[in-house]
Amino acid sequence: MSEQPPPARHPHPYAGKLITVEGIDGSGKSTQLQLLHKWLESKGHRVFFTEWNSSELVKETTKRGKKNKSLTPTTFSLLHATDFASRQYHEILPPLKAGMIVLADRYMYTAFARDVVRGVSPEWIRKLYSFAITPDMAFYFKVPIETAISRLLGGTRGQFKFYEAGMDMSLNPDMTESFRIFQSRILSQYEKVVEEFQLITMDATKDIEAQQNEMRRLVEEALKDYKPRRGTHGRRTVFWRRFDEPKPE
Amino acid sequence: MVDAQYFGDGLTNLNPSDLKGKLIAIEGTDGVGRSTHIEMLQEWLEVQGYGVITTGWTRSNLMSKTIEMAKEGNILDRWSFSLLYATDFADRLEHEIIPALRSGFIVLADRYIYTALARDFVRSGNRQWVRDVFGFALVPDLVCYMRIDVETLVLRVIETKGMNYWESGMDLRLGSDLYDSFKKYQSLLIEEFDKMAKEFHFEVIDARQSPDEIQAALRSKIQPLLTTSLQSPKLPSDHLIQPAPSV
Repeated sequence: MSEQPPPARHPHPYAGKLITVEGIDGSGKSTQLQLLHKWLESKGHRVFFTEWNSSELVKETTKRGKKNKSLTPTTFSLLHATDFASRQYHEILPPLKAGMIVLADRYMYTAFARDVVRGVSPEWIRKLYSFAITPDMAFYFKVPIETAISRLLGGTRGQFKFYEAGMDMSLNPDMTESFRIFQSRILSQYEKVVEEFQLITMDATKDIEAQQNEMRRLVEEALKDYKPRRGTHGRRTVFWRRFDEPKPE
Repeated sequence: MVDAQYFGDGLTNLNPSDLKGKLIAIEGTDGVGRSTHIEMLQEWLEVQGYGVITTGWTRSNLMSKTIEMAKEGNILDRWSFSLLYATDFADRLEHEIIPALRSGFIVLADRYIYTALARDFVRSGNRQWVRDVFGFALVPDLVCYMRIDVETLVLRVIETKGMNYWESGMDLRLGSDLYDSFKKYQSLLIEEFDKMAKEFHFEVIDARQSPDEIQAALRSKIQPLLTTSLQSPKLPSDHLIQPAPSV
């Protein structure tokens, strides 16, 4: 417990690199991060991947809370912060100290956009995450709401999820309409976050390949001075590993 | 609670000045006899016709199971722990404490956020963060701090339920065995409580006295808060955020 990561908004002192992606559901950020992951590994880097709200302990609790419909904006927000704290301690900090590249699908900026739309204080949520390690690169995949909707409806999933459509907020009984209202509000919060934290904005309406090329170019530039921890043995197997389908968010 | 307020950045959907009840927190380190005295206080108040609910640390519907799991070793860092406590507290605040206060109940809280602050302070160099986290907490009308010295506490705990891992702060590795750890950890907590007693104006009650004397002291501190308007309150609704039913 003696480990004290430096306060946020300051560059971290660790040997590794932390790269994060943000964007609303349907922005394609997870696909882009997965492609980046593959590329980094093919270049021989040691990469660790971590995902928003994925720790077992917190997922169980969130499930329980959703079932009784007892979650409030405050408890929802605190649960996500708990998940983040636990992942920072167990998943983000060790690989960073070991000099690896850590890829995070969603980071504290998700909370700054989404939790504020759900009704928590913008000042409070920023203080809550003040212990978070500042990423070396934070990408924001900017997409108009209609593009996100048509991707989600026409593409890999074919439907919205209850919470990503903000159905708990009683905005509109129609799920698509509710999604449009809820995610539009999140988009406008993201706009503020992008400016405040200088996120790298990517045009997420472009082709997957064009976006990925741009992302790789930016990452390569940022990694110029990075001393990679190259794999020693067994790395070749990575090229035969089948990559999972992009996970629904 | 005319002057009700939050410690920091409050709940955006609730104006605390609408709350009619009284919030009374009973603080003190482990093994000081808080729950026994709270039971007696509840009895005393109910006999006089006041509506009372009690709420206990880590006892929320949402989090009690999760915190048990975490203590079994799934989470070890101080941020997660403080945030787990904060989530538990928020769940109770929004589903138990606020609805009860809104209906005019007296809420007796077995421990309050000061417990979380003390536990985080002894684990951290940064004392501001945990205060910020609990910014949404209501400032109680009264905080009674049952104070005990560590020598007396040690004897009392050994005689009753024994020392456990977390009450000994074993994660901090303060001593080579349970006894040394417990003593050092509880001394640090008492030190933090003493500092907060000044800052937050606790009513300090000497918990080395006999149970009868302690109970009498608690009652004398609570008595001035009691007004006739608190008698026979409406049943608390379990629905937060919506306004209380105007029946």
